[in-house]
Amino acid sequence: MKVLGLIFAGGRGENLGLLTTKRASAALPVAGKYRMIDFTLSNMVASNIRRVGVLTQYSPRSLIDHLGSGKEWDLDRKHGGLTLLQPYMAINNKYWYRGTGDAIHQNMTFLRRSDEDYVLMASGDHIYTMNYSELFNYHFSKGADVTFLYKEMDESYDLTQYGQLELTEDGRITNFYEKPEEIRSNKAFLGVYFINKHLLMDLLYNTIPQSAGYDILLDVLIPNLHKLRFYGYKFDGYWRNTKKGINEYFRINQDLLDENVRNQLFYTRNTVHTKLKDLPSPKCTGTAHVKNSIVSDGCIISGRVINSVISRGVQIKAGAVVENSIIMQDTIVEEGAHVKYSVFDKECNIRTEKRLIGRKDDLLVFEKGSVV
Amino acid sequence: MQSSIVAMILAGGQGTRLGVLTDDIAKPAVPFGGKYRIIDFALSNCVNSGIYKVGVLTQYKPHKLNSHIGIGRPWDLDRKGGGVTILQPYTYESGNAWFKGTADAIYENLDYLDQMNPKYVLLLSGDHIYGMDYMDMLTFHISKHAKASCACMNVPLNETYRFGIMVTDISKKIIEFQEKPEHAKSTLASLGIYIFNWEYLRELLVEDAAKEDSSHDFGKDIIPKIVEDKEALYAFEYEGYWRDVGTIHSYWEANLELIQAIPQLNLYNSSWRFYTRTQEMPPAFFGPDSVSTNSLVSEGCEINGVLDRSILFQGVEVGSGSIIKDSILLTGAKIGENVEITNSIISENTVIKNNVRIGVGEYAENEESQKIYNSPISIVGYNAIIPENAIIGKNCVIHSGVTPESTDNWEIASGKVVK
Repeated sequence: MKVLGLIFAGGRGENLGLLTTKRASAALPVAGKYRMIDFTLSNMVASNIRRVGVLTQYSPRSLIDHLGSGKEWDLDRKHGGLTLLQPYMAINNKYWYRGTGDAIHQNMTFLRRSDEDYVLMASGDHIYTMNYSELFNYHFSKGADVTFLYKEMDESYDLTQYGQLELTEDGRITNFYEKPEEIRSNKAFLGVYFINKHLLMDLLYNTIPQSAGYDILLDVLIPNLHKLRFYGYKFDGYWRNTKKGINEYFRINQDLLDENVRNQLFYTRNTVHTKLKDLPSPKCTGTAHVKNSIVSDGCIISGRVINSVISRGVQIKAGAVVENSIIMQDTIVEEGAHVKYSVFDKECNIRTEKRLIGRKDDLLVFEKGSVV
Repeated sequence: MQSSIVAMILAGGQGTRLGVLTDDIAKPAVPFGGKYRIIDFALSNCVNSGIYKVGVLTQYKPHKLNSHIGIGRPWDLDRKGGGVTILQPYTYESGNAWFKGTADAIYENLDYLDQMNPKYVLLLSGDHIYGMDYMDMLTFHISKHAKASCACMNVPLNETYRFGIMVTDISKKIIEFQEKPEHAKSTLASLGIYIFNWEYLRELLVEDAAKEDSSHDFGKDIIPKIVEDKEALYAFEYEGYWRDVGTIHSYWEANLELIQAIPQLNLYNSSWRFYTRTQEMPPAFFGPDSVSTNSLVSEGCEINGVLDRSILFQGVEVGSGSIIKDSILLTGAKIGENVEITNSIISENTVIKNNVRIGVGEYAENEESQKIYNSPISIVGYNAIIPENAIIGKNCVIHSGVTPESTDNWEIASGKVVK
């Protein structure tokens, strides 16, 4: 059995505000050295998926730069490999991707030409590590037509922001509620679908050309919920969706300071691959004071860093204080500056003695290249 | 210009004076500076200089080196034309051919060079740490109409006895070569970096191979021969960082130099990046009670103790209450709680259990080899396991693969050795 991977990476993630003005949410830096898409892409590679299409639309430059030829994921292949699927103009096509279903429909040739029989679709901006092989096995053992990945969410998630499933004891999905105001179930859909490729193509041919709707979930799949066998496969483990907003993004980075979360994401399951920069190991100088923080390659730390996530190539000068913050690549925090509950995008410069104090529920966010 | 040059990196040496560090690996594969291996510097210099045809000559325990270099991907040396080629000794009809010396190593690979058919051959050692643009040297070589050039660096007069010394005339032509002289006539030391016109080098090698009394070595036979023949051999003067980490003390020192505010070796130059193959790990984590000063802490490290003046390679764990000073912890070393390590080198994948103290007491001469182990630095080999409460003195050697059962008494006095 061969599986084709499709990653939805075309969305902006409006809730992320300034962080996604110039990049898609899938290209958002996270955990110091990674981008969001690394997790889903690495999961696919670890699950023996050898052909992956990445659907892009919103501001894809940084995403394309990051993925390159797919080399870091061993996806620079003669057979299969990584393909970027961008919206295009043609004689009979004048639309941007009007939705996730339309995006796949416009790339039907990619599906048709591939020799895979099954398709795994997933979002490019979720953080979790998982080997999908178990989900594939589950799908076949149940004789399912479509399998959804779900998670039983606790109160740390806002369930009203997630699609909810009702399942039989056997795991068959009986009802689906898209972001209901009233909570119906704690089983939340994680945006990962597994389906036979030809079935998917059929469903798309029957839906998209009629212009009834363009969403893969709500317009293409869910109307067939009772005609086809939909099953839910449970995921246990750390999972977060960065699209939910800046607070969620901040939370993810803070969660990484917890050993259990780091172990789950990086050590116990598959390796997470990312574009390598071969920067030197981070340096703590004589005045450095780093506590409960993640510090990436190429950094030079001379100041105090507490409860923070520091990306590659950041410099924190002597006397500067960085608390509960996220500092992205190549930002410089000058002498004596004090930063708290803030998120700095890449290449910012925080000038000497500047005080920038946010609050946990009211984070300060600075876009790429800000000088403050 | 670049496409007409092939680099040959000599990477077959053991580096005997690095002791247990080269137990299982050749010297060019010895880890350096948090995430690199020594050969990364020569390889990166090649690609940064635009040289994409590189032969790597291996002989001594090449496995780690082979897997590190692979098809050369981290250096962009996975090429259609050329790229990196690993050249190992091989057998032929009339016998076998371990490389008898550096010149013989190249001679045995004449086929490779003939096939590449370059105009120039750049000869390098995989043992040295430096950043150098070989194109500057080639430009010099061409402008002098030289048949061969040798990169040289001025060294202090009292250190000339350690080097091959070049005496030049006013045009930088080398007129005399002194191998490790007692009384040097110059302070220009050879760095083991040569450019030859390929046709000329080929003649020299064929001639040398036929000589029965030759040791087939560049430093001992080829270079003296060129000087004797008064051929056009020129000295290219290099100024900048260059280290031959030949001894345990110089290895330790060169590593610790990297924690200076502005180290001489610039690892941060984005237009002269040093590339390497590393494990893919998340960034370093510093725990709530950790204190790290003057240290390099690589990816995958989890620090809960105290670090000062130390270099930590990838995936090192330091338990709470532990104090690491003036030490080098290589990839995957696991340090328990309340451990004290001073002035030591802990090799890859070694496990140090709780309450161990390493590097205590007074200096004593090493009982195994005073030639190799002659500094206060204690060294623990690969994959060793040090049991709880062990005490290890200065200048001690714990060999690779030692387990708690290897000795009954884990109070190791200074200078002692555990096998």
